[in-house]
Amino acid sequence: MKRLVVVSAGTGNPSSTRQLADRIAQKSLDRLEGATVSVIELGPLAVDTARAAVAGFPGAELQAAIDKLAAADAVIVATPIYKAGISGLLKTFVDVLDNDLLVAKPVLLAATGGSPRHALVIDDQLRPLLAFMRAFTLPTSIYAAPEDWGSSELGARIERAATELAVLVGAGVEAQVTDTAWSGYQHQFGGNARRAERTAADVDFDSPLMRLATGGA
Amino acid sequence: MQFGIFSVSDISKNPVTGYTPSEAERIDASVQIAKRADEVGLDVFAIGEHHNPPFFSSSPTTLLANIAAQTEQIVLSTAITLITTNDPVKIAEDYAMLQHLAKGRMDLMLGRGNTVPVYPWFGQDIHKGLELALENYNLLHRLWREDVVDWEGSFRTALQGFTSVPRPLDDVPPFVWHGAIRTPEIAEQAAYYGNGYFANNILAPNFHFRPLVELYRRRYEHYGHGTADQAIVGLGGQTFIAKNSQDAVRRFRPYFEGSPLYGTSYRLEDFMHGTPLSVGSPQEVIEKTLTFQAGFGDYQRQLWVVDHAGLPLEEALEQVELLGTEVVPVLRKEMESRRAPGVPDAPTHATRVREKYGDAEPRQPRPNPNRGDNVTGTSPYQDTDPSIVADLPLVG
Repeated sequence: MKRLVVVSAGTGNPSSTRQLADRIAQKSLDRLEGATVSVIELGPLAVDTARAAVAGFPGAELQAAIDKLAAADAVIVATPIYKAGISGLLKTFVDVLDNDLLVAKPVLLAATGGSPRHALVIDDQLRPLLAFMRAFTLPTSIYAAPEDWGSSELGARIERAATELAVLVGAGVEAQVTDTAWSGYQHQFGGNARRAERTAADVDFDSPLMRLATGGA
Repeated sequence: MQFGIFSVSDISKNPVTGYTPSEAERIDASVQIAKRADEVGLDVFAIGEHHNPPFFSSSPTTLLANIAAQTEQIVLSTAITLITTNDPVKIAEDYAMLQHLAKGRMDLMLGRGNTVPVYPWFGQDIHKGLELALENYNLLHRLWREDVVDWEGSFRTALQGFTSVPRPLDDVPPFVWHGAIRTPEIAEQAAYYGNGYFANNILAPNFHFRPLVELYRRRYEHYGHGTADQAIVGLGGQTFIAKNSQDAVRRFRPYFEGSPLYGTSYRLEDFMHGTPLSVGSPQEVIEKTLTFQAGFGDYQRQLWVVDHAGLPLEEALEQVELLGTEVVPVLRKEMESRRAPGVPDAPTHATRVREKYGDAEPRQPRPNPNRGDNVTGTSPYQDTDPSIVADLPLVG
């Protein structure tokens, strides 16, 4: 059973960012038999997220969101555009994640804004952020300005992106990549990532650093 | 089981009075805190190493030697000594000297530090921090165990025929703890050498460091030093104690909230419930510390910070007093009664001398007359076997 997770940085109620994410999630579910979707709303986690950024470790609710994200087979990240940029809340949330939490996960990028002039924020800011996280960002991202909600082209783009998402999830790219190349990424022992090393059985004791640790040069 | 205090040597403004102690006052206060800890029967006093304000402890062995001269029984240690940016040769020399002056009443804890510019200030590359720590310890280990060392590594100049003086007291090296909260390689190194492993159990969710401690225990057993539950584990912590719970929280709150470290993050109550921070009555602190034993397994050393966040000297001394009179005596009994059979105490100089020599007299190295170098024999010491011919490096 595949798990989709929506990360929504929208703060309104109702939130057009959340609405966009929900539409994308629904179209993705249509293409992934038996898949489930759950949502991480960043608004209620705002105080926890800010405190975690300062303290260096998450509180219990934020930890639950991180665990949910770690277990996701694909992620839909949706943010409002503020001041010509992504939501600071979303950036802070990503800042407190382990570097390897999203390695090779398919991630669909979406944003809503007050004007079509901010459409490239996704590619200028959100895509590099998820590239740093070593996620598989989908080639199609979805930007919705107010006028897009009256255009069938928005629906067509959502269909296209959902197809890309379903294909990557169906092909199991995360597992294929991490099965063979996991050790090549930067990791944190005892971290939150699905494949994080947690016991001696997980650790490669034949690495150059481990050999140096045991007296060898 | 050892109980003690450790300090990062911060000189912080008292958020209640607005008063910032001078360096002179704070250095003097640290000596007084250590002396009081000795008087009330705590087992360990450890000091950090920093090379920037608002800290004073750039030269821990000087401070600890001064304290050693004024105390009777307390073990002096560090929290931590920078194994990355200090020359391991100088660490070998300085701490062997301290060991002599303290009559063995010392050990040390090695760590990588957390202040980025210290690396460039001392001519090192932070991107090589872990390699530095691992390689430097490999050398330090040999310098204390071999009279004459030939060595070549990636970071410091090579050594030919080098003897670190003075040799360790009784030719028994100081016990080493490796402090780490992130890095499995450090836990592995501690396990490989049979050294102690210290997890600074602060500023993280409860039992966050359990996987690293567990890794160290498994590997300690793997390398044949004993079973996993016999591995030598230390934990850090912070505490503020008052006669009753409400007073402890009320009195500590302004220091917590006024601290640049704590005040901007979670609320005091969240910190008390979600992290190892122990604020409360003696009984509450005892109970919380017992959860560490339950969660991390039997361990050998518990250190608390008591002089941070701008707490004035009188408060810190009162904390030491309460630890020594109300908390630690109970914890000693409780932890002892819960401890599994066969779990050792933390090594001390006395136990290590006994382990090496049994009832025999310890070796007392006496150097040969000065030859202007120390490579023209097997050893610069009189008691080495004259039949062993030196393997000298070719020159030219």
